[in-house]
Amino acid sequence: MIAADAIVKCLEMEGVEYVFGYPGVAIDPFFNSILKTKIKTILVRQEQCAAHAANGYARITGKVGVCAVTSGPGAENLITGIATAFADSIPIVCFTGQVDSKLMGSDVFQEADISGACESFVKYSYIVRDPQEIPRIVKEAFYIARSGRPGPVLIDLPSDVQMLKMNGFDYPDEVKMRTYRPTVEGHTVQINKVMKELSRAKRPILCVGGGVQLSGAKEAVVAFAEKHRIPVVCTMMGIGVMATDHELFYGMVGNNGQPCGNRAMNEADMIIMAGCRVADRSFTQPDLIMAGKVLVHIDVDPAEIGKNAYPSIPLVGDIAHVFEAFLEQDLKVDTTDWLDTLNGYRSLGRNQKEAALKLSLKTKSRRTGVMPAEFVRRLSLSMDDNAIYVADVGQNQIWSCQNVDIRNGRFLTSGGMGTMGYAVPAMMGCRLAAPDVQAVAVCGDGGFQMTMMELATMKYYGIPCKIVVMKNTVLGLVRQHQHFVYHDDFSMIDIGAYPKLDMLAKAYDMDYLKVEDNDHMQEKIDAFLKDENSVLMEVMVDPAETV
Amino acid sequence: MKRIYSVLVENRAGVLCKVAGLFWRRCFNIDSLAVGETDDPKVSNMVIVSSGDGRTLEQIEKQLNKKIDVIKVKTFDEAEAVSRELMLIKVKYNRTNRRDIMENCQIMGAQIVDMSNSLMTIQICDTPERVQMFLDTFKTVSIVEITRTGTLAVTKCREKA
Repeated sequence: MIAADAIVKCLEMEGVEYVFGYPGVAIDPFFNSILKTKIKTILVRQEQCAAHAANGYARITGKVGVCAVTSGPGAENLITGIATAFADSIPIVCFTGQVDSKLMGSDVFQEADISGACESFVKYSYIVRDPQEIPRIVKEAFYIARSGRPGPVLIDLPSDVQMLKMNGFDYPDEVKMRTYRPTVEGHTVQINKVMKELSRAKRPILCVGGGVQLSGAKEAVVAFAEKHRIPVVCTMMGIGVMATDHELFYGMVGNNGQPCGNRAMNEADMIIMAGCRVADRSFTQPDLIMAGKVLVHIDVDPAEIGKNAYPSIPLVGDIAHVFEAFLEQDLKVDTTDWLDTLNGYRSLGRNQKEAALKLSLKTKSRRTGVMPAEFVRRLSLSMDDNAIYVADVGQNQIWSCQNVDIRNGRFLTSGGMGTMGYAVPAMMGCRLAAPDVQAVAVCGDGGFQMTMMELATMKYYGIPCKIVVMKNTVLGLVRQHQHFVYHDDFSMIDIGAYPKLDMLAKAYDMDYLKVEDNDHMQEKIDAFLKDENSVLMEVMVDPAETV
Repeated sequence: MKRIYSVLVENRAGVLCKVAGLFWRRCFNIDSLAVGETDDPKVSNMVIVSSGDGRTLEQIEKQLNKKIDVIKVKTFDEAEAVSRELMLIKVKYNRTNRRDIMENCQIMGAQIVDMSNSLMTIQICDTPERVQMFLDTFKTVSIVEITRTGTLAVTKCREKA
């Protein structure tokens, strides 16, 4: 048994189903050894997509996603994918080939210090020098990636080390690390403090983030909100924790959020933040919003608490554990008046939105094409209840998170890093994770062109896919920024009308649909969702549309 | 506000880089940094002096604890610590200033550890403030080279009541 055999044996022990990757001489021993296992390999068209696919796979299965690429440029291409996973705390383990260990440091062909380059956006990294350490390292890597606050772990494998003989193979049963013991259980004293404050609160609100999904705490969080009738808002990463049409759900907060959600946050007297980072896009001025309120911040990562906002009650622990502990306690919370107020705001918002919609549908607007907000709403309403909606980055993402209707499904996007081109490869990962679940990638024409080469990968492996491209021939979100800030002094935003998506769809043996106006939107959406073949839907959007 | 962090870390390749990189990435100050092995060769001790507002200083501690190679972080004020710094300073001397330099050394408890016809190397080991004070006395002397260890610190001995 050589070291490469040991690595793939470890992957088998971890129950790995798929490895997304791209080969090269420095990682060839690994891919040669994988032939001896039942692990399936997916050869992507560019390394970044391997990390995004592993990311999508991890988010749907709750398992660790795995990718493997070669040294130098292969590893460098992976960087964006690693940083994307880090920003959203997605558990992936990345294997990178490395040059011969005796040559490391001498700038030989395809050498890059990948662990050094990735240091600030991996949870941990290893350079394997002794093959005997492989079982311990892989065991630790998977444990680190998925436990506590999840994140990417990098394992750099010098090519000669992969070929060394192993003196036996013993996969450890447990991880023994004196320096890494994440706090999972919430502290009872803090939990009691929260309960005490909650019983006093008149206008409590629960703000849920991506951490709730990551800890699998959706049920517990919803049950807690329902038990005490506490209104819920979410951050972009928290979309889908609560069904969009749930009576206690008041939308997304932040500069792209719903007015009703933001108003709820502003007027609350107690905010319970669960698994969110209090990042700038959700809370532009955290100190201002939090002033005069009781702020509870629950996170498994102690460093998140007090980083952007200073809570009155910090609570370190896994969201699922903490909310189960909350559920055990009985207390009286009366939110009737508060919910009445919020319901007023919500219906006001809905009425305004509908009035605006009716107005623009009725009056011949100077804008052409499809109304993106209405398109997102109809698409998501027509999708299966448990479907996966993968939004890319840009205007399409903002339209998506403002208008998407998620019932029992998932909403995935690159929220933290905002990586354009995330949706197509991530959706590929989702399709492999849950082949029977409907999944749709919604992109703009900018982001789509960053990773559209993965259409070939999906075709090759027989992975049917549904892709929406909102086409406005510009980089819409940047255009919109320049419209407001530079008063239409546009720079670097025109991407033109190419490629011709009908011909592109043909090139990849995909079906093609085009939505040009609001009138034919629904029938096209129905045809799109019914299609069993891979299908590309081009949705024409006016370049001047703003979010 | 100044704060001292005494950080026990796994003595592995790259750990200094990871800890220093954390300060750079998070825009934390490093006023001084000193590293050395402990009695256990698998463990190193880093003494980092940093400054910033209260929130920043708290974040530094949390971020250090988050690093997987970090075993333990102890943090304390200067007042709670015995701290020392060692400085070697090589200066050019002449007849007129030689006596002054020697007297200053005597007053501050510094030692002349090496010398030639025109150069002398002085060693001082004292609190960082007194080392700085001593250095300030060389304003009129031509300094050839200076090297300082950075602050080393341990908490003051206190018997538990």
